[in-house]
Amino acid sequence: MSLAVRVIPCLDVDAGRVVKGVNFVDLVDAGDPVEMAKVYDAEGADELTFLDITASSDDRSTTFEVVGSTAEQVFIPLTVGGGVREVDDVNRLLRAGADKVGINTGAIARPEVIAEITGRFGNQVLVLSVDARRSDEQPSGYEVTTHGGRRSAGLDAVEWVKRAGELGVGEVLLNSMDADGTKQGFDLEMIRAVRSVTRVPLVASGGAGRLEHFAPAVHAGADAVLAASVFHFGELTIGQVKDSLRREGIHVR
Amino acid sequence: MTAKVAVLDYGSGNLRSALRAVERAGAEVVLTTDQDVALEADGLLVPGVGAFAACMQGLREVDGERLIEKRLIANRPVMGICVGMQILFAQGIEHGVQADGCGEWPGTVEELQAPVVPHMGWNTVEPGAGSRMFEGLEDASFYFVHSYGVREWLLEPPPAFPQPVVTWTSYGPERFVSAVENGPLWATQFHPEKSGDAGAQLLRNWVGTL
Repeated sequence: MSLAVRVIPCLDVDAGRVVKGVNFVDLVDAGDPVEMAKVYDAEGADELTFLDITASSDDRSTTFEVVGSTAEQVFIPLTVGGGVREVDDVNRLLRAGADKVGINTGAIARPEVIAEITGRFGNQVLVLSVDARRSDEQPSGYEVTTHGGRRSAGLDAVEWVKRAGELGVGEVLLNSMDADGTKQGFDLEMIRAVRSVTRVPLVASGGAGRLEHFAPAVHAGADAVLAASVFHFGELTIGQVKDSLRREGIHVR
Repeated sequence: MTAKVAVLDYGSGNLRSALRAVERAGAEVVLTTDQDVALEADGLLVPGVGAFAACMQGLREVDGERLIEKRLIANRPVMGICVGMQILFAQGIEHGVQADGCGEWPGTVEELQAPVVPHMGWNTVEPGAGSRMFEGLEDASFYFVHSYGVREWLLEPPPAFPQPVVTWTSYGPERFVSAVENGPLWATQFHPEKSGDAGAQLLRNWVGTL
């Protein structure tokens, strides 16, 4: 046997509730994160990802509560991202019950924070989350964006992943802002481009709409596939996605 | 009588899942740095995340080496998880720098050489003959996340001693120790507390020995 390809549902959490919008606008409330986490666990999810999109720091404490209750009730790995800027943010999330922490804008603003975090907690706790889109402005043809894809960070996405790997991140979550919400499939070319420059596990995100979309992402180099709305709204189940991967000869749990 | 398990609190990381998972396995659980509490518990769980050297330093700060040693001399169960397993070996080598471990077992923790590292996700195990840890779990998958491992098992005790049961896992070109049962000292490279129902059963198997 070998390492299984992971299927990961992602829950966007705002002030303790799950939301997910198409292309990150028009957010729709889709439920209680702890209850949804239990359902996904029962369906065979290999990990869970919470993206905390809570804008105000006053509401951040609800995130810790949600992370804590999830960790106490669901015994699969939990990654939490959103608003992580420094070592202390990571420490608080790990203490609350997160196993891995995602960093995005915080690392773009100050790349040294990657080494600060991994030096203390190890590489395996830090996931670099990259919101990338196609752009003629960058040598690789892909640029990093911030603010839910509304702004360019002025960075080449492939170069950024390479550098972050050297700085010590333990995993990369690659989200295609072009494909996100379209349900037209993952950006396979971008997955291939990023895979070629990094040795750390790669999670593909953005664009999953139908069962046949998942296996190509794995064949393009993803170690895990992540999706949100197709799972939340019951269009696809984790089990169906795993069956579709199995049929393509991909090992899943 | 409900078994009492002390979880050694000597660093950072997610201990909440470990505490609840052990509780779910039927034990009474306490998070502690207190020597007496940790000595008196029926079982001691030694978690561990991060780097080998940093983990050893944290362990020394709570006098954890001596604690483990004292318990083992009295045949009191100890279980190490992830880096909590690695630090039981003689030494670890990270970025070319060698650090001493607890030395309960001979052997070296080395960087994994695979196309994708860390080894992250669910993988299967080949349980050693007579394993109690994996009773009912022969085909189960467990959650791993690590960049280092032990490629060689070197301890071969004389026949009069309890024989260690060693479990292995393969990842790409690598094959490494994924669990050990050696008298009162058990350890897993994977995270049973994050391995769903299979992990829960494994912890029940351990708690059942306490």
